[in-house]
Amino acid sequence: MSLNLLAIFYLVSGILFILALRGLSSPDTSRRGNLFGILGMAIAITVTFLSIGNFSDGFVYVLIFLLAGGFIGVFIAYKIPMTAMPELVAGFHSLVGLAAVFVAISAFLNPQAFNLGFPGNIKIASLIEMSIGGAIGAITFSGSIIAFLKLRGIMSGSPITFKGQHYVNLLLGITIIVLIFYLCDSQSEKYFWRIIAISFLLGLLLIIPIGGADMPVVISMLNSYSGWAAAGIGFTLENSALIITGALVGSSGAILSYIMCKGMNRSFFNVILGGFGGTDQASLSNNKDKKPVKSGNAEDAAFLMKNASSVIIVPGYGMAVAQAQHSLKEMVDSLKKNGIKVSYAIHPVAGRMPGHMNVLLAEANVPYDEVFELEEINNDFANADVAFVIGANDVTNPIAKTDPQSPIYGMPVLDVEKCKSVLFVKRSLSPGYAGVDNELFYRDNTLMLFADAKKMTEEIVKNLD
Amino acid sequence: MEIDPFIFRLSIFILSIFIGYYVVWSVTPSLHTPLMSVTNAISSVIIVGAIIAGLSGEIDSVFNSTNIFGFLAIFLAAINIFGGFLVTQRMLQMYKKKKKNK
Repeated sequence: MSLNLLAIFYLVSGILFILALRGLSSPDTSRRGNLFGILGMAIAITVTFLSIGNFSDGFVYVLIFLLAGGFIGVFIAYKIPMTAMPELVAGFHSLVGLAAVFVAISAFLNPQAFNLGFPGNIKIASLIEMSIGGAIGAITFSGSIIAFLKLRGIMSGSPITFKGQHYVNLLLGITIIVLIFYLCDSQSEKYFWRIIAISFLLGLLLIIPIGGADMPVVISMLNSYSGWAAAGIGFTLENSALIITGALVGSSGAILSYIMCKGMNRSFFNVILGGFGGTDQASLSNNKDKKPVKSGNAEDAAFLMKNASSVIIVPGYGMAVAQAQHSLKEMVDSLKKNGIKVSYAIHPVAGRMPGHMNVLLAEANVPYDEVFELEEINNDFANADVAFVIGANDVTNPIAKTDPQSPIYGMPVLDVEKCKSVLFVKRSLSPGYAGVDNELFYRDNTLMLFADAKKMTEEIVKNLD
Repeated sequence: MEIDPFIFRLSIFILSIFIGYYVVWSVTPSLHTPLMSVTNAISSVIIVGAIIAGLSGEIDSVFNSTNIFGFLAIFLAAINIFGGFLVTQRMLQMYKKKKKNK
């Protein structure tokens, strides 16, 4: 196959990938979009094989590794529970990162295969491109591993900080750039290995200071990195499919990070520098014992909701932890049987990744046209009778609107306090991730339901019948 | 003087960033999780580089250092491709509209 024809096929798969993302503008077109993506991938892989045309021993091994990986991928995709989606995505990012590192290494060790020159005499531009691709890949890999461990709960979700952390990271970043310069100058293998090693270390250090609830930003950021790594490799291999895809994925992750940061009213750097939600802020909320709290049981909650005409559900990370989405759906179904209007309000940073709550509700068969974003539904709280907050906390805290001293001041919040009454399913009065006490707990129209989210919704369902 | 091919690739890259920017802003927020899993799957198109690396070199030295890195990259990217697209499809199947006859 001629190189020109090959390049055109790669362009076609690049366009199919654009259509795959475009399809996600609505759930109706999304499934077709995903098929475009699969088609694009199939084209890219097929023409690559055809262009080499070397159906020898090596081909058998390629097929074995391809099928082995494919089998594992299929297995994971069918077995993974929806609640584990954040760590799955983090895990997948780490694989893209590591694959980028391996391709960069192969290109460095065997440049002839990619027409980049010869070992010891690789084109300078290619050297720079493969170092950047490899370095970003390595950062993506180790950073995603940390994110994975934190999301999976293997590693504590609280931020790990030490003195001079940011200077160390800065120094490592500068070292990588200096080493790339030396590598171009000397073509020496040892610099290449050092670049990769330091990048792995930098990835670890970048993510450890970032706490659990900032994970939506971290995952989006790593998503973006995996794209830039792919683009870097694309430049090295002079492959337009990779360049287009890398740019798409890179900007997609960057936009998601931006949306997540805006959802918390914090700058990207504030999140990345980490340490948020540490113990020092928790001490702000030391006077909570003095205030009275109304607490109730499932019966009270069922009574309140039965007599309401409209209910808004506010889910948060706690719902995901308790896997309460199915019993929540049951509860909503029996409310609807009683003629009560129910809708769902999703805060942009609810959960541990962008869109986390929407996926869980979709899993529980909640129709997506009952689920609303913050801007769409925030005015409706004033007209609703009951807000049912399940596993969310900081995103409902009115202090974000009133107290400029608060660490969450300025964050867009759901106006649940405007409802006639608020039901708060929570295990205890402990403050949320930001370490800020939620004054909603102490309001007259708030009824606290102290229980596990799943057990409580199950109880309420019983009481509704 | 001719234009360096690098400039063409850079143009593709920058234009693609703009396309990505506009396309991703039009993605509905409720599909942000599938967006992440599908971008993850498509970025595994890096497998084309891995295939070239895996098939390069002498046939009798299939497991020499350069080929083995290619094979490993194929393995990792394949997990992502199959896993990423299928899990996206699985998620998207769940997004349904309200049934009208209810």
